[in-house]
Amino acid sequence: MAKKATSDIRFAPTGIESPENGGVQKGVDLPAATKKKHKSLGLTAQQLKDMYHQMYLQRRFEERAMQQYQKGKFGGFLHLYIGQEAISTGTVFAFNNDDDIITAYRDHGWGLCRGISPNEGMAELFGKATGCSGGKGGSMHFANVKEHFWGGYGIVGGHIPIASGLAFANKYNANGRISACFFGDGAVDQGALHETMNLAQLWKLPTIFVVENNGYSMGTAAKRHTVAEIVDRAKGYGMKSAVINGMDVFSVYEKMKEIADDVREHSEPWFVEIRTYRYRGHSMSDPQKYRTKEELEEYQNIDPIERLKTYLVAEKVCKEAEISSIEEGIEDEVLAAVTFADESPFPDQSELYTDMFVEDNPYFHV
Amino acid sequence: MAVLQFREALKHAIDEEMARDERVFVMGEEVAEYNGAYKVTEGLLDKYGYRRVIDTPISELGFAGLGVGAAMNGLKPIVEFMTFNFAVLAADQIINHATKVKYMTGGQADCPIVFRGPNASAGQLGATHSVAYDSMYAQFPGLKVIYVSEPNDAKGLMKSAIRDENPVLFMESEQMYGLKGEVSDEEDFIIPIGKGKIKREGSDVTLVAHGKMYHLAVQAANELAKDGIECEIIDPRTVKPLDLELILQSVKKTNRCIVIDEAHPFAGFAAEIGFLIQREAFDYLDAPVLRVCLPDVNAPFSKPLFDAWLPSPKQIIDAVKQVSY
Repeated sequence: MAKKATSDIRFAPTGIESPENGGVQKGVDLPAATKKKHKSLGLTAQQLKDMYHQMYLQRRFEERAMQQYQKGKFGGFLHLYIGQEAISTGTVFAFNNDDDIITAYRDHGWGLCRGISPNEGMAELFGKATGCSGGKGGSMHFANVKEHFWGGYGIVGGHIPIASGLAFANKYNANGRISACFFGDGAVDQGALHETMNLAQLWKLPTIFVVENNGYSMGTAAKRHTVAEIVDRAKGYGMKSAVINGMDVFSVYEKMKEIADDVREHSEPWFVEIRTYRYRGHSMSDPQKYRTKEELEEYQNIDPIERLKTYLVAEKVCKEAEISSIEEGIEDEVLAAVTFADESPFPDQSELYTDMFVEDNPYFHV
Repeated sequence: MAVLQFREALKHAIDEEMARDERVFVMGEEVAEYNGAYKVTEGLLDKYGYRRVIDTPISELGFAGLGVGAAMNGLKPIVEFMTFNFAVLAADQIINHATKVKYMTGGQADCPIVFRGPNASAGQLGATHSVAYDSMYAQFPGLKVIYVSEPNDAKGLMKSAIRDENPVLFMESEQMYGLKGEVSDEEDFIIPIGKGKIKREGSDVTLVAHGKMYHLAVQAANELAKDGIECEIIDPRTVKPLDLELILQSVKKTNRCIVIDEAHPFAGFAAEIGFLIQREAFDYLDAPVLRVCLPDVNAPFSKPLFDAWLPSPKQIIDAVKQVSY
């Protein structure tokens, strides 16, 4: 190896104001969306309206949550899902209601999709007793276990083996359920993913590993934090794989339904990369210097909610007035949730000591 | 009473609980076709089949987490680590997930899982195979930590651990698997978690010792008896929850206490017991509570250095003599 000046040595690929070209490394490229219309996907007009309702709810819930955070109504972290709503919505519509879903800390959309009401969700953000996790989880730990949403988890990659454990129990009990684990592109670099992919393929677990590749691991573009194409990880494990356009709810629905059917039939895992984009920062304290305004606008121009709205009108599924009335209903619901959260009581001090153990013997040491 | 090896006592406990509850299964490295690295699971594959006795790759983080998910989804996994020294790779799953999932979901998900395997040193195995982890894990809320010393305790407490609806760490020792002892043949023999035992009565000084250290305490007590010093030995059996009351009763009688612990000294089990005794039995103490534990250095390989590193009966005898004024 030729001797170089130490100042020329590079390890991590450069991206932000690269010394080579001054450019910013782009996060993600999208595959083509499905060309199928809703009827050939087996979706009814009512289901389409429900999808729109769900996506718009996720969007407005988080926009209001952001305002409340900025007003100082609650603390902690707030990681917004805005831009990625087609993934949660398309998946939940494609799955059976008792299929098991688990995700990372960008979890509000998933919770709303799996039965957490806007009231319970907003109250959880506020740390109130009426929250879905009794105020003990907060933004990162929404959960609705009775509807098979096992929660949001805060350690990047930590919930990946847990998802395969859910699948293990489903296979053990031969109950016909599958599990799916959602995580960001940052988590593909964690050893937990690789250990679990090997186990899942070896043990033929009915589970789906899903990377929601939104282009950035916090502030590090995907091409700066991981080698090759993410989806190609599957090859090393002999695992079935797919890439999906996550800015289009039909594409997510179509492919996730096919995959879920395949997993259910053959009890073999899949590795799926769904490409998407998050409009907001990693969390609320992110100045977003790692990407360009043009890149953000490029994705906002193909916004999944606008796309579905355009389709609904163009295909005469519903009139604009009906869409407006859905939107107004959600607006009222979300504002009511803010009031509900604000007016709800904080957990009683005694709650500090509950939920540690099943027998509720709160703690062993004083 | 039947005389069983420590490993047999554990196997009987696991076998009985697997027969009793179909949700119970075993997984770990070499547990099935190899019949267990230390033969604790010998014969279980033949009896229960491939669905319930499962060989894992060497992926501690992966299979520990898989166990956590299976426990959340209704099963009762027994996850074997070939040693708790390797389980450090799985610490995220134990510390961040198994112990916290119930709390952070506001009680929605339970995690009834047993993580078991040998703990601490087992001869000249070098620095990375010789650490006692019971004190470290006991630091975290949401875990029960058991480190037993004798076959009878192993059986009764293993059955309790498997039946428990919470995460439990069950620690053993490579050097004790062949140890024989009388084991109750009472049907469905259970020892409750959190109950210690007076294993030797004495009036002069209390020795608190668990796991492998219990046997050193016995040796020291036998030597000291020759000099007319009668030690009372308390084996807490469960590190957490700790049977503090039993220890305090003994200290109030003997007025002296030595804690023998296989962990490093800083913020360990011995430190905790010393603190609790000074707070709860200050007026009963005739001497400071002392501890015999590892020095604050890594395990060496070389035999003379290793022998100097590991607590010895002589150190216990010296400590007892130091407080016997």
